[in-house]
Amino acid sequence: MERNPMRRQLAIMRQSLFDQGHVDEQFVQLEELQDDANPNFVEEVVTLYYRDSARIILNIEQALERKPFDFRKLDAYMHQFKGSSSSIGAKKVKAESTLFREYCKSGNGEGCMRSFQQLKKEYATLRKKLGAYFQLARQAGPVETASRPK
Amino acid sequence: MTVEQIGSEGKDQFPIGMRVLAVDDDPTCLLLLGTLLRRCQYHVTTTSQAKTALKMLRENKNKFDLVISDVHMPDMDGFKLLEHVGLEMDLPVIMLSANGDTKLVMKGITHGACDYLLKPVRIEELQNIWQHVVRRKKKDRCNSGSKEKPHPDSGEAAGIGNVDNNGKLNKKRKDQNEDEDYERDENGHDNEDPSAQKKPRVVWSVELHRKFVAAVNQLGIDKAVPKKILELMNVEKLTRENVASHLQKFRLYLKRISCVANQQANMAAALGTADSAYLRMGSLNGLGNFHTLAGSDQLHNAAFRSFPPSGVLGRLNTPAGLGIRGLPSPGTIQLGHVQNSGNPTNDLSKLQSFVPGNHNTNILQGMPMSLELDRLQHNKSVGHIGELPTTDSTTVFPGSGNLVDARITGFSNNPLLGVTSNSLMLEGSSQQATSHTSVSAIGFQNGNALSDFTSIAPASNQLQDSKAGSQGQASPINCNAGQIIRSAPQEWNAPRKDAPYQSHASINSSIPINSAMIQLGQCLDRNNSIFHKTTDLDSVGPLNFVDPLSIKHGEGDNSIMEPSVIEKEGYLMFQPRPHGSHVPDNIGSLEDLASAMMKQEGGCNGYSLRTSI
Repeated sequence: MERNPMRRQLAIMRQSLFDQGHVDEQFVQLEELQDDANPNFVEEVVTLYYRDSARIILNIEQALERKPFDFRKLDAYMHQFKGSSSSIGAKKVKAESTLFREYCKSGNGEGCMRSFQQLKKEYATLRKKLGAYFQLARQAGPVETASRPK
Repeated sequence: MTVEQIGSEGKDQFPIGMRVLAVDDDPTCLLLLGTLLRRCQYHVTTTSQAKTALKMLRENKNKFDLVISDVHMPDMDGFKLLEHVGLEMDLPVIMLSANGDTKLVMKGITHGACDYLLKPVRIEELQNIWQHVVRRKKKDRCNSGSKEKPHPDSGEAAGIGNVDNNGKLNKKRKDQNEDEDYERDENGHDNEDPSAQKKPRVVWSVELHRKFVAAVNQLGIDKAVPKKILELMNVEKLTRENVASHLQKFRLYLKRISCVANQQANMAAALGTADSAYLRMGSLNGLGNFHTLAGSDQLHNAAFRSFPPSGVLGRLNTPAGLGIRGLPSPGTIQLGHVQNSGNPTNDLSKLQSFVPGNHNTNILQGMPMSLELDRLQHNKSVGHIGELPTTDSTTVFPGSGNLVDARITGFSNNPLLGVTSNSLMLEGSSQQATSHTSVSAIGFQNGNALSDFTSIAPASNQLQDSKAGSQGQASPINCNAGQIIRSAPQEWNAPRKDAPYQSHASINSSIPINSAMIQLGQCLDRNNSIFHKTTDLDSVGPLNFVDPLSIKHGEGDNSIMEPSVIEKEGYLMFQPRPHGSHVPDNIGSLEDLASAMMKQEGGCNGYSLRTSI
């Protein structure tokens, strides 16, 4: 239903975000909150998320440099991180944080490190993809309605 | 119901415009939450700091209808905020967390949250949160209404003063007529008059509340009338109505915590939560001894409710009394809530000594007695009854300085009979030698009328000091404890769905139970101890023994009627009605109480503790 090619491309991009599991249903909720009064809501929230989560990631990194690991603290950070990630619907990132927390709970330092690396990767990918998406969105103009992923 | 602008013409568009305060340290979540709430057409204020939130709330209690708060926050624990809000402002609070662990959810509930949402929160969930506001108002109204006499229908005395200052609510409820009937003690000021007289809401700060509790304790919960409380408190600008309404809430709160405490104990036992010590109560294997706390005289006097023994007795035998038994208790009441370890603020639980009136009668009918533990003095207001070790453990409940009145309201499923080995020691504050925590825990059975009584009679201070370890938090005197108390290791056959306390089974009969949970309603003259002296109650002074003979189970499944309710100077006090009036027609009030309780109880489950205060 997107006649405009840019919009069409946007829609495709958006769909792939879902298909590839980068974002989930929650993302749709964000989109639904976007309206005329709040035309850039999704991007605003996501930007806020980047800022906040970057800080947490830094904290975790620093914590991981101190041996022995303070699992409780790591878990607490990750809990925070998970909370905000889930709020924007960052699916893969969220899954990875859950895994990280499991490792924390079982005191598996190795697992934590591995999982964290993976998490950072997912996080970076997400940022890139969302970045491109928003950029295109801005160019394409407001999307009509949020549509559910198929 | 409130509209967006307070005082605007009475157009009530609730839930539109409901004023919500959202607290979350995560900016992403906060932004999202705020937006979602606005989308629901609520009037939203957001803050990332719990302290700021509290400040805002305190500034003007009437500014918000509902609070939503994250659990994990850096500056203040969400549960703590929850307590503060509940205690000081009596607003419904919804907890929010990414963590949906049962334990946490339980914790939220016991701390008084009226709901617990998981992040990411969806708009559908938020669209219905206004129900909590309505429910609370309704309940308050109901409670105040029923205090007087059972108000099956009208229930909504407009007097729920503080809940909603603007008279709109009252108008809506049409209980103007209630106001007249309203007990004088009750807060009547903000009923009927619509916007005409909106008294500024009194902020019951921790300090103020402490004074209040001290005054109530001093007077004795049954004699605590707003006027006297007001005098004792000696605070400027506090009116009798403010006190009356606060008193009402306080009583409800106590009831509620015991209700929750029970439930919690049950749940906890089931879940094995570590949090609440009182849970152990339920799950105690062989609760230790409940030492009745010997209350000091003053305590006794204060707490003592003078029911004419005969009257009480008579009551017991009356259909009413019997009827009470049949009252289905919603579940064991647990004081669990109170235990929030370390949160001193709110719980004023006063342990009140209950005097079991007639020895011959079995007092315990399934009436819930409220157990209040006074936490004024110590933070650990929560008495963890659970701490009782199997043998002879005494749980010390630190009571507040001079008074630890424990009024435990417990509904226990188990017919508690032999209050035997559980010794529940309620200790006044450790510092004060005088503190006598007399805790009468009244266990009620769910549905089974009684026989469970755990009356934690006031134990002597000395007793307490030594023993217990400390966990003296009075509040968690679970009513379950009551159940636990059995002299003989009788298995509770009572089919209690949630009876976690199978523990009773393990109670050795040999251990005398000092405290018996006595079902409410029997306010007994402490002197007439129902209890006979028990044998080897260690270190417990004279133990009074409650003769359970007359205790009948409502459901009759418990055969455990051990006449071993031992109560040290036990007295079970029960306050028939949460309002200040004392005893007057109390006998008559048993029924009322029962029905009131029932009503309460009905709401008890899952009811947020906060509401009462």
